[in-house]
Amino acid sequence: MSTSYLQLIRFALPEVIVVATALLVLVVDLLLLRKQSLRTRFAMTSVLAVVGCLSAIASLVLAPSLGSLYGEMFLANPLVNFVQIAVLALTIFTLLLTVDSSFTNHVGEFVFLVLLATTGMLFLVATLDLLVIFTSLELLSLSLYIMTAFDKENARSSEAALKYFLFGGMSAAFLLFGFSILYGLSNSTSLLQIAASIHGVSPLLVIAIVTTVIGFGFKVAAAPLHFWAPDVYESAPIPAAAFIASGSKVASFFVFFEIMAVGLAGASGGAAWLHFTNGWVPAVAAVAALSMVLGNTVAIVQSSVRRLLAYSAVAHAGYMLIAIIGHTQQNLSALLYYVVTYGLATIGAFGVIGVVERQTGNDRLDSFNGLSRRAPLLSACLFVFLLSLAGIPPLAGFFGKFYLFVSALHATPGSSGLLWLVVLAIAMSAVSLYYYLQVLKRAFVTAPSVEGEMLPVPAVTQAVVAVLAFGVVLFGSFPNLLLHWIQSALAASGW
Amino acid sequence: MLAWTIYISFFGALVLLLLPRSSTTLARIVAMLTAVTGFAIALIAFVEHRSGELQTIVRADWMPTLGIQYHLAADGISLCLVLLTGVVAITGILFSWNIEKRTKEFFAFYLLLIGSVYGVFLSYDLFLLFVFYEIVIIPKYFLIAIWGSTRKEYGAMKLAIYSFVGSAMVLVGLIAAYVVAGEHSMSLDALAGFAFPVHFQMWAFPLVFVGFAILAGLWPFHTWAPTGHVAAPTAASMLLAGVVMKLGAYGCLRVAMTLFPLGLAPWGFHFLGLGSWRDVFSLLAVIGIIYGAMVALVQKDFKFVIGYSSVSHMGFILLGLMTLNTIGLEGAIVQMVSHGILAGLLFGVVGRMVYDRTHTRELAALGPMNLNKAIPFAAITFVIAGMASMGLPGFSGFAAELMILLGAWHAFPWLAVGTGLGIVIGVVYVWRAMQKAFFAESVTGANHPPLEPISFPERLGAGILIACSVAIGLYPQMLTKVIVPALNSPLFDGLRKGGWQ
Amino acid sequence: MSSFPCITLLTALPIVGAIVLLLLGGNKKLVRWTSFGFSLLILLMALAMWHQFDPASGALQFQERHAWIPALNIEYRVGVDGLGLLMVLLSAVVVPISMAASWKIEERVSLYFALMLLLQACLFGAFTALNFVHWFTFWELSLVPAFFLIKIWGGPKRTPAATQFLVYTMVGSVAMLLSFLAIYVATNKFDFVELAQMAQSGQLMPTVLSHISVGRITAHHLELLIFAGVFLGFAVKVPLIPFHTWLPATYSEAPTGTTILLTGAMSKMGVYGFLRILLPIFGIQMQQVLTPLLWLAVATVVLSTYAALAQKDLKRIFAYSSINHLGYCLLAIFAVAKCSGGDAGLIAEKYAAMNGVLLQMFNHGLTAATIFWFIALLEQRSGGLRGLNDFGGLRKVAPVFTGLMGVALFSSLGLPGLNGFIGEFLIFKGSFPLVKWATSISVIGLLVTAIVILGVIQRVFSGPLHEKWATFPDLTTGERVALVPVITLMFVLGLYPQLVLGVINSSVIQMVHQLKF
Repeated sequence: MSTSYLQLIRFALPEVIVVATALLVLVVDLLLLRKQSLRTRFAMTSVLAVVGCLSAIASLVLAPSLGSLYGEMFLANPLVNFVQIAVLALTIFTLLLTVDSSFTNHVGEFVFLVLLATTGMLFLVATLDLLVIFTSLELLSLSLYIMTAFDKENARSSEAALKYFLFGGMSAAFLLFGFSILYGLSNSTSLLQIAASIHGVSPLLVIAIVTTVIGFGFKVAAAPLHFWAPDVYESAPIPAAAFIASGSKVASFFVFFEIMAVGLAGASGGAAWLHFTNGWVPAVAAVAALSMVLGNTVAIVQSSVRRLLAYSAVAHAGYMLIAIIGHTQQNLSALLYYVVTYGLATIGAFGVIGVVERQTGNDRLDSFNGLSRRAPLLSACLFVFLLSLAGIPPLAGFFGKFYLFVSALHATPGSSGLLWLVVLAIAMSAVSLYYYLQVLKRAFVTAPSVEGEMLPVPAVTQAVVAVLAFGVVLFGSFPNLLLHWIQSALAASGW
Repeated sequence: MLAWTIYISFFGALVLLLLPRSSTTLARIVAMLTAVTGFAIALIAFVEHRSGELQTIVRADWMPTLGIQYHLAADGISLCLVLLTGVVAITGILFSWNIEKRTKEFFAFYLLLIGSVYGVFLSYDLFLLFVFYEIVIIPKYFLIAIWGSTRKEYGAMKLAIYSFVGSAMVLVGLIAAYVVAGEHSMSLDALAGFAFPVHFQMWAFPLVFVGFAILAGLWPFHTWAPTGHVAAPTAASMLLAGVVMKLGAYGCLRVAMTLFPLGLAPWGFHFLGLGSWRDVFSLLAVIGIIYGAMVALVQKDFKFVIGYSSVSHMGFILLGLMTLNTIGLEGAIVQMVSHGILAGLLFGVVGRMVYDRTHTRELAALGPMNLNKAIPFAAITFVIAGMASMGLPGFSGFAAELMILLGAWHAFPWLAVGTGLGIVIGVVYVWRAMQKAFFAESVTGANHPPLEPISFPERLGAGILIACSVAIGLYPQMLTKVIVPALNSPLFDGLRKGGWQ
Repeated sequence: MSSFPCITLLTALPIVGAIVLLLLGGNKKLVRWTSFGFSLLILLMALAMWHQFDPASGALQFQERHAWIPALNIEYRVGVDGLGLLMVLLSAVVVPISMAASWKIEERVSLYFALMLLLQACLFGAFTALNFVHWFTFWELSLVPAFFLIKIWGGPKRTPAATQFLVYTMVGSVAMLLSFLAIYVATNKFDFVELAQMAQSGQLMPTVLSHISVGRITAHHLELLIFAGVFLGFAVKVPLIPFHTWLPATYSEAPTGTTILLTGAMSKMGVYGFLRILLPIFGIQMQQVLTPLLWLAVATVVLSTYAALAQKDLKRIFAYSSINHLGYCLLAIFAVAKCSGGDAGLIAEKYAAMNGVLLQMFNHGLTAATIFWFIALLEQRSGGLRGLNDFGGLRKVAPVFTGLMGVALFSSLGLPGLNGFIGEFLIFKGSFPLVKWATSISVIGLLVTAIVILGVIQRVFSGPLHEKWATFPDLTTGERVALVPVITLMFVLGLYPQLVLGVINSSVIQMVHQLKF
């Protein structure tokens, strides 16, 4: 090991900045802000954290490092940088939503955990090594478990966290088991090495594939491993839920894609209709199909908006898995575009839910009655987010789907191999319009239960939500802004 | 210039949203101004249009890596429909002058809808077309769900889901076509020029065709139409029947048939006497004509009569498209315009003039009110609209249906005869509805409070639509002289080679 | 051929009148006189056309021809020959009569008279059009004012009557439209004159059949089907038994003024269609199914009189009598069709029969209009009663009324010296050598008609006077002034049929000559 620590720090500068900010936040909150009101503490710590994340982004933009360290353990290339920036940006939005919160006394700890989770994600996406993947994934997961439980006055929050933790622990065990088999098969933890030694499918590899898919299926909340999601989405504090639904999705999907497309490229198999061939593709295809169908149909009967979003997240995970099934470069760019814009819309939606919840005390559909009369701008933003999730042009969600499906069809020779999945996905997204419209119907059609009363909307939340909505419209109308970036990053990173 | 029809409508919607909540009159005026400007632009473009020319309006790179362009262009077919949109938009506003509930939001959604409709008709890039096509779904949902009547939320949701399912089918077809053609371009001419394999066209054609035809009320996917129309507020049902259903028919011709002409070719085998998708869809179209008319014949609700009549009339359009001869296609396009005007008029009478005054649409309840004396203007307008709609010569409906029937005689003589049956039933249901609603025997002793007289905006709106219908009826040349050259353009080469003489 | 568009003007004038009436609105008296003034003005114009008309030429005159929809080869083409002019004159005469008979309409007067004028415009349009599209437009449009006249001002069962009228006629029209479209698809022609030329040179049906095939139907059957479509359209309108069931209900439920217009002018549209369209264009097909057609005509003539015999309502009696009278026309037309092209020796008979048809059309129009006018007067006096047995002995209290109505009735019966006679005489004279048995059976119709009409005279005017009618008023001076010209015309035409024959003879000769098949 000839690399100096300086070089390592230079290489992992964003991670270092985030960790340092995390510690700073903890210290500042403990030492300086104890006496302040809850509001001030949330505001101060969040702003501090935002500044930290911004500097991390700045370091990525202004002084991007390239190359790799310790084999593929630490990787820095434009693609990784892009994903890292995306993760940091989503973290910033989550933190800004925290500014107006009041769900806990342990402000510093909460923000600290957010930043720690972010660190986990930054490492997670910057590696091609199973060991680092596993450890950073655990860092991320543990932070998320705790964040979920942070609302101590809400018993359901703890319950959800426990559920999340138990399922998460089990899936981590599966994942580790799978990784160990891969290591056994290839005698290496580097994905590139593994790829070099896997040609065709062996029984042992099948076990590895199944356990890996289970592990990541849990992370991305794909059916049938989604059971934690509705509870967590429903009961976690708003910022935590938004974070789980956005940033962690980006990182998990990216890594999942890398493991499958890079590490297991030799055992992909095929999922063309009636021509399934052995490998991980049919397994993921089954999970994807199940997720789309189950997520969309179960979402219809929800009366809690957060649970509705949870099931819709299952469905979206299904769509995104199609990109993994295709596993070409184009699929990756489609996946990244999709997951980032999905993250923006989801955080925005949670932001709106947070405001409504604070006033009415719950997130039932009825609480949204007449929202357009009570908070016109907020409801306009909700309109944008939900329709983007439904895939209505010109919003980002539409182009995301369009590009995702185009690239999926393109991925197989003859263009018709994955057609059945694409047809299923498009059919299911038609179903999804129904439940998104259910929410919007409450907001725009139904009369408010109390006439004439305006909803107090915190300025910061309002601004964040508006910016997110603008982003969704902007990226939807001009997808090239994001797409061009992704594609050039991909091209520059040797994909 | 023509692109401003789209921009100005969206801009008008934005302005409306920014108006203070109380300013209802101002909102109406802004909406009216927007619609009139849009119409004026369309009219100028129509007058200046040189026959046979495909006029590119805007062409700019949008997503260069995907070959998707922001490409607006207009030929004779688009211009006719753009003009129709302008007319219906103006009269729709005239017929909703009395809306007091959330006025500015109403007109904002309304203009959003209008703008997107213009967008669909003017898009030359299929991605762009699809974008506008989907945007349409949202405002129409809210227009119905908020301002509608009778099971409005159900009707609105049904409409939204049907539309979305239809557009999902279209999306599958478009994506597949785009990928098969090599992902270079979504431009209409590029894709139309690409030789898709026959087996591909054989499944892509029906998929995309049905996807669009759902919105055009193709039997048996028409069930959204009556419920949607009935639930919608007057202006929305005018737009819905007047232009939105035309979007579907336009898509069938512009996208499905242009891109996949071989999808119309014979299968090579016969199933139940049907030998190609063309046979299947023309049969469905005729079933739609007859079924719509028969169901309209037994309705108790006045608006349902008109709703089902729309299904019947849209059947003519689809039949015209399937004839694959110039005269049939021409007739189909004239019928799009004609039915747009007439459906607008009929819904205007039923929804605004009658329902808003009597608060009932039950034919049985309307009869005793002796409406032909209480609101004679409405009665006269309905008689004229009904006559035009049943295809009486001298009105636009006759010119269009004549051409379609001619085309059908060439292509499917049997079906032409079946269509005749549909026309006869059409006469009967219109007269039945008219009698029951306006000319029923008055019950002596029944006292009804005097109805509010027909207002000036309503008279103006009805006058405009009647004038349009008569003008087209007496001088269809006005439209056909731009439509025929457009049909003969290279864009339809594939279709022409596929069996169209 | 004059460049002055007098036919267009003639058609437009009633429309202008209708608009003026609608704008006049409330003042009933003013409306009545204005509309009557318009109808007289129109009559004057029609007479002026008659004056300008060249009776020596059988060709189409006053032609106007403009491109209308060039893409579909549709023209605006109008013109009249003797037949057309006669029908125009008839319409122009009948409308003032029906207006006079409607003088007592009190409800929505301006709309009523406006609709009458509109109906007249449609009649003019239909009698002068030479292009199918244009003609069909007026043919169909005429239903609308007629429907409303029945629907709004009719008797107690007006709604079913009006609907039945409309639906029957529409079914026929649609069948006809489909047939013409089939022809158009093959020939690209809508022009009656051109189509007739094609038919007579024997090209029409072969061209059509070479373009159209319908499933397994043979060419011969298809040809007949196309013919049947057009035939149905006209047969309903005339009407021919068994397509007649709409007529009695319609005539009896319509306000009497409207009935006058329907029977006097509108019913001639059907016969006109047979002469102008069916005979020249579909003559060959007519010949092929001549026997059943003759049976229909005979059945119409005979059965309708028996039906009239069974009626108790005066309006229904004369409704059936109308069917009977027009049945003669069809008998003659079929007779002419039977022998066309063949034996040159029967040419005089054909002229006679055709002249008879035209005369009969005009005279029946005049006579039927007058009779219904009298029925209207009866109704006004009796408070709406018009049953055969409601009256009796009226000649004692209303001798002038009785006398003048008697003239009209005898004209209808076909008494020599009155106008009704000459038409029927020529028809029977012409048809008998052509179709002996059919004409012979039809004579029964003449006899029963006589019984019917004499029965009417007896029940209404003779017998004991019912005390209810002791104060039955005779005709007023105004009514006499209005009626006398019409009755005079009956005598004039009866004694000097040349007045009409002069106009039509050349056209008839040309018409018969053109039937070369």
